Amino acid sequence: MNKARTNPLNTAAMHGALILYTLIALFPVFVILINSFKTRKAIFREPLAMPDADSFSLIGYQTVMKQGDFFLYFQNSMIVTVASLFFVLLFGAMAAFALSEYRFKGNMLMGLYLALGIMIPIRIGTVAILEMMVATGLVNSLWALILVYTAQGLPLAVFILSEFMRQVSDDLKNAGRIDGLSEYTIFFKLVLPLVRPAMATVAVFNMIPIWNDLWFPLILAPSEEVKTLTLGSQVFIGQFVTDWNAVLSALSMAILPVLALYVIFSRQLIRGITSGAVK
Amino acid sequence: MTALTLTNVNKSFGKIHVLKDINIQIEEGEFAVFVGPSGCGKSTLLRVIAGLEDASSGEIQIGEDVVNLTPPSKRGIAMVFQSYALYPHLNVRKNMSLALKQEKQPKDVIEQRVAEASRMLDLEDYLDRYPSELSGGQRQRVAIGRAIVRHPKIFLFDEPLSNLDAALRMNTRIEIAGLHSQLAASMIYVTHDQTEAMTLADKIVVLRDGRVEQVGSPMELYNNPANQFVAGFLGSPAMNFFPAGVVGEGGNLTIGVRPEDLRLADDGALSVTVNHVEKLGGDTNVIAHAGDQRITARLFGQHDIAAGQQLQFGYDSARAYRFDDAGHRVR
Ligand SMILES: Nc1ncnc2c1ncn2[C@@H]1O[C@H](COP(=O)(O)OP(=O)(O)O)[C@@H](O)[C@H]1O
Ligand SMILES: [Mg+2]
Repeated sequence: MNKARTNPLNTAAMHGALILYTLIALFPVFVILINSFKTRKAIFREPLAMPDADSFSLIGYQTVMKQGDFFLYFQNSMIVTVASLFFVLLFGAMAAFALSEYRFKGNMLMGLYLALGIMIPIRIGTVAILEMMVATGLVNSLWALILVYTAQGLPLAVFILSEFMRQVSDDLKNAGRIDGLSEYTIFFKLVLPLVRPAMATVAVFNMIPIWNDLWFPLILAPSEEVKTLTLGSQVFIGQFVTDWNAVLSALSMAILPVLALYVIFSRQLIRGITSGAVK
Repeated sequence: MTALTLTNVNKSFGKIHVLKDINIQIEEGEFAVFVGPSGCGKSTLLRVIAGLEDASSGEIQIGEDVVNLTPPSKRGIAMVFQSYALYPHLNVRKNMSLALKQEKQPKDVIEQRVAEASRMLDLEDYLDRYPSELSGGQRQRVAIGRAIVRHPKIFLFDEPLSNLDAALRMNTRIEIAGLHSQLAASMIYVTHDQTEAMTLADKIVVLRDGRVEQVGSPMELYNNPANQFVAGFLGSPAMNFFPAGVVGEGGNLTIGVRPEDLRLADDGALSVTVNHVEKLGGDTNVIAHAGDQRITARLFGQHDIAAGQQLQFGYDSARAYRFDDAGHRVR
């Protein structure tokens, strides 16, 4: 065992630092949460006070529920995020496996080409993407968003996953081949479970930007029935008047699904790390 | 009958030529050991035989069949890897039975073979454990068991002992030798350790830089090495080499004498200064130098020799080997 870890002073300092960081990170979320339960006046008078009998109000949540199809927005955001993550992970892992496992001409170039996407923001191509979506009749559909987010997430996913897959023991894959497993079985049953921590990392990295994105929903899918949560919440932010109760309530509710997804992935992350105990 | 025939096998990775014109024949039931220093292409050769790499040219024949185009699982081989390579998500029983399931063997056959293999390897109590719950030695036995259940025509071992500690290595070595006589199967065993090669092999194939240097039984190679490399590689402590000039012989030759062939002799041709003495009780190893040449002598019994002492070693000229500049044996 590492000596620095067993020293109680070091342990205390380490936990102190972590707790401090947690507090700093959680503070804005906490402020949003408490203010979403207060009247408009109370929000502005004492933004940091807890809601009490006087200032407590659910008006924000009521507005959100009444306004538009909030649950539909939720559902749209959820579908887009989960589907995009699914495709990013599936195609990213497949491409990474091919790049790390098979020797073929142009392997290096292909890897570089895929990695290039990390440096070039996809928004540069917005106009072309819009034209393509119009041509294929995909505007105002969730598919438009899913496809764009999948494309956006793939470069980093391929980059990270191929690094991790290179570290999966060749002997293990070869043992599978000798035992008669197909390349698909080797990929899904042997390799994927061993790179689960990397998959979770990729998922977490991609999840937040997709969930919070306003740009592509606004351009590619602005119509009522395919609005995402972020876009839907914009109705409360006006040029002159902003319904802060509603905005804060909508934001508070928007945190929950991401939180749930995060918990799922971080559990995978930990399980992946401990299941890799086999040499 | 021949179990394996390699004819002019070559393998290149891009511009790196790893295997060069390999010609080997292995008989049925034979225990063949491929030995050579690290990086000489042993694992690559084994992977080519297994079908995990395609040969760049040449023919691979297992039994009667040319298998160049046959996938690994259909070649009738089983392989034991240095890193064990057990499936981490399967328990011992399933690790062993996976290949049979893939072959669509009936359930009772699978069960019977797993039972047989686990009895041979003393794994009966561990069948429901996962690889992470086993010690290194147990994992190695599971890896061997996974090969046994398939009843392969040829077993392939890639440095199976190098991850084990010294005591376990010796036991497992004896166990593998036992398995060979029990199963009467052809085995190909790759190692960089000449002791493993000498103790296990019916036939040793010495490799260097992707070339076969010499093939033969352990004692053939020990007593009759074809070149300086083979002479120096087999035997421990290694053979002594010194220029013929050191002992007053003419010619531009290198003389090789095994440590056990040196004896103390007042009129001996080789005068040395002792650096270090290892007293093992039964044997005494004298590490000395003659000029720049390091000389090791293995003397039988106990001798009172101290560092710094001057000694004369003699040897029987018939037991000395002579090599030319290129390292070829001169007879
Ligand atoms: N996939 C590969 N690509 C390129 N070079 C390789 C590859 N595999 C092995 N080599 C090269 O082939 C040589 C022999 O390797 P290997 O067969 O593993 O040696 P050994 O098992 O005898 O230690 C080494 O020089 C190694 O660098
Ligand atoms: Mg090797």
